[in-house]
Amino acid sequence: MSGERYSFFSLLRETLRGHTGWKPAWRKAAPQKAYDIVIVGGGGHGLATAYYLARRYGLTKIAVVEKGWIGGGNVGRNTTIVRSNYLLPGNVPFYEQSMKLWEGLEQDINYNAMVSQRGVLNLFHNDAQRNAYIRRGNAMRLNGVDAELLNREAVRAKLPFLDFDNARFPIQGGLLQRRGGTVRHDAVAWGYARAADRLGVDIIENCEVQGIRVHDGHVTGLETTRGFIGARKIGLACAGNSSRVAAMAGLRLPIESHVLQAFVSEGLKPFIDCVATFGAGHFYVSQSDKGGLVFGGDIDGYNSYAQRGNLPVVEDVLEGGMALMPRIGRVRLLRQWGGIMDMSMDGSPIIDRTSVGGLYLNAGWCYGGFKATPASGLCFAHLLARDEPHAVATAYRLDRFGKGAVIDEKGMGAQPNLH
Amino acid sequence: MRLTCPHCGPRGLEEFSYRGDATVRRPSLEAPEEDWIAYVYLRDNPCGAHKELWYHGSGCRAWLVVERNTLTHAVHSVNAVSVEDAP
Ligand SMILES: Cc1cc2nc3c(=O)[nH]c(=O)nc-3n(C[C@H](O)[C@H](O)[C@H](O)COP(=O)(O)OP(=O)(O)OC[C@H]3O[C@@H](n4cnc5c(N)ncnc54)[C@H](O)[C@@H]3O)c2cc1C
Ligand SMILES: [Zn+2]
Repeated sequence: MSGERYSFFSLLRETLRGHTGWKPAWRKAAPQKAYDIVIVGGGGHGLATAYYLARRYGLTKIAVVEKGWIGGGNVGRNTTIVRSNYLLPGNVPFYEQSMKLWEGLEQDINYNAMVSQRGVLNLFHNDAQRNAYIRRGNAMRLNGVDAELLNREAVRAKLPFLDFDNARFPIQGGLLQRRGGTVRHDAVAWGYARAADRLGVDIIENCEVQGIRVHDGHVTGLETTRGFIGARKIGLACAGNSSRVAAMAGLRLPIESHVLQAFVSEGLKPFIDCVATFGAGHFYVSQSDKGGLVFGGDIDGYNSYAQRGNLPVVEDVLEGGMALMPRIGRVRLLRQWGGIMDMSMDGSPIIDRTSVGGLYLNAGWCYGGFKATPASGLCFAHLLARDEPHAVATAYRLDRFGKGAVIDEKGMGAQPNLH
Repeated sequence: MRLTCPHCGPRGLEEFSYRGDATVRRPSLEAPEEDWIAYVYLRDNPCGAHKELWYHGSGCRAWLVVERNTLTHAVHSVNAVSVEDAP
C-alpha cells in the first residue's frame, strides 16, 4: 500500500505551493450495474465491513452506498470513547476483539487515527456501586481484559480537582481500564474509506437507498437515488435508520431510534488526561488534543429522527458535570449537536442474517457502537463472506429476543430508553 | 419541545417520562408465541407521525397519549389515555 502521500516533505511541498496539490483520499465512484455485495450505510461500520471483506476475505466486487457524505452520520458525531469494560459473556470477547483491532488499526490501514489509550475511569460513589464495579472488573480480568480498581486516594492523585467530598455523591474510587481511551472519529471513517477504496471497493456517496428488490425470497438489488444497483448480497449498516431501511424488505426490528447529544467546550490547557465518568448521574468527559472538553450524558429518551435534542438533557448533563468537577463552571460551551441511534430492546447489537435471503443486518448499536467499529466490520464481513457468524459475535442474533437469550447489561428489560 | 397536558397546561419535558409506541396491543392469552414476541419486542419505529405514551410524573400523574412527529418534534395532540388506548 502506498500511503506516502502524507509526509513531512509533502507537507512542506504543499505549504510552498499554497496547498493546491492534495488529491482526494478516495475516488468518487459512480455506481456500476451490479456487485457481489453492497453495504448500505457509509458510517464506520459499513466502511470497516467493506475494508475487511476486501482485505481479509479477498472479495472485490463490493460497494458502499451512503445517502449523504462519508463521516456525516454517527461516526462523526460520537464522543470518541473506546473501551472493552463489559460484563456479560456475549459482549466481553467481542469488545475485547475490537480493542485489539484498535491497537493495530493505524498500521493496518496506514492512517493516523490518533488512537489514544489514555484510560477510561468509571467512578463510584457508594458501597453497592463499588461491589458492582469489582464484579465487572473481575469478569473483565477472567476474560483477559485489563481492569484495575482505584481507591479514593489513587483517584485523587490522578484527578485532584474532582469534588471528592460532594455532600450527596462523595467519590469513593473508580474502575480503570488503562487500555481504553479515545480515537479521532473522523479519521476512522476517512482511514477505512481510503483503505477500502485502494482495495477496489466503490464508495458511492449521495446515494440514498429507497427500496430493496426481493425476488423469490432473495434480494436482487437496491433502488437508489442514483438508479438500480444489482446485488447478490446486501449488508445493512444504517445505524439510527435501521428500522426504516429494513422495512423496505418487510422487516420489523426490535429497535427504536433515539437522539443522543454531545458537547464541546472552548479550548483549555490540558488538565484531564483520561476519560472519566460520573457514577451518580449521566456525565462523561475527556479532553481533545485541541483542548476542548468533549462530554455527554444520557439520551433524550423519546423516539426521534431529528438529529437534535432538547434542553432538559442539556441541563441534566451540565448539572452532572458541575457535580463532578465544579471548576468547569465558568467554561463556555462551543458546540453541541445530536445523533440518531438504534436503541435496541436489550441494549445490545445485532449482527445476523435476516428472514430474507441474501439480506444481512448490522444494527442496534445504541450509544456505544463507535468503540465496536473495527470488530463490527470484521464480524459483519465474516458473516457476509462465510454465511456463518464470527466466533466473537455468535450471541448477536436477531432471534435472541424471542428465545429469551437477550444480552441486557443494565438489566432494564424491553424498554429501549432505559438502556 | 413542550407538552400541553390536558390537566395541567403547557409544561417542560423534564416533568414527563416516556414509555413508547402507544399503538402496540397486548395479544390475547391464546395468541401464538410470535404475536407475544412482536408485542414485547418489535416496533414500527416510524420517521414522521408517531402515537406514543407519556407519563406526567411531576404533574398530575396521568398517562397521556401524544401524537408527535419524530422528525420535526412537532407535537400535534396530547390527550389523556382512554380505555381504547390501553395496551
Ligand atoms: C452524540 C453521540 C455520542 C456517542 N458517543 C460514543 C462513544 O463515546 N463511544 C462509542 O463507542 N459510541 C458512541 N456513540 C455511538 C456510535 O457513534 C454509533 O453506535 C456508531 O457510530 C454507529 O455506527 P456507524 O458509524 O456505522 O454509524 P453512522 O456513521 O451513522 O453510519 C450509518 C450511515 O447509514 C447511512 N444511511 C442511513 N439510511 C440510509 C439509506 N436509506 N441509504 C443510504 N445510506 C443510509 C447514514 O447516512 C449514515 O452515514 C455515540 C453516538 C452519538 C450520537
Ligand atoms: Zn398533567
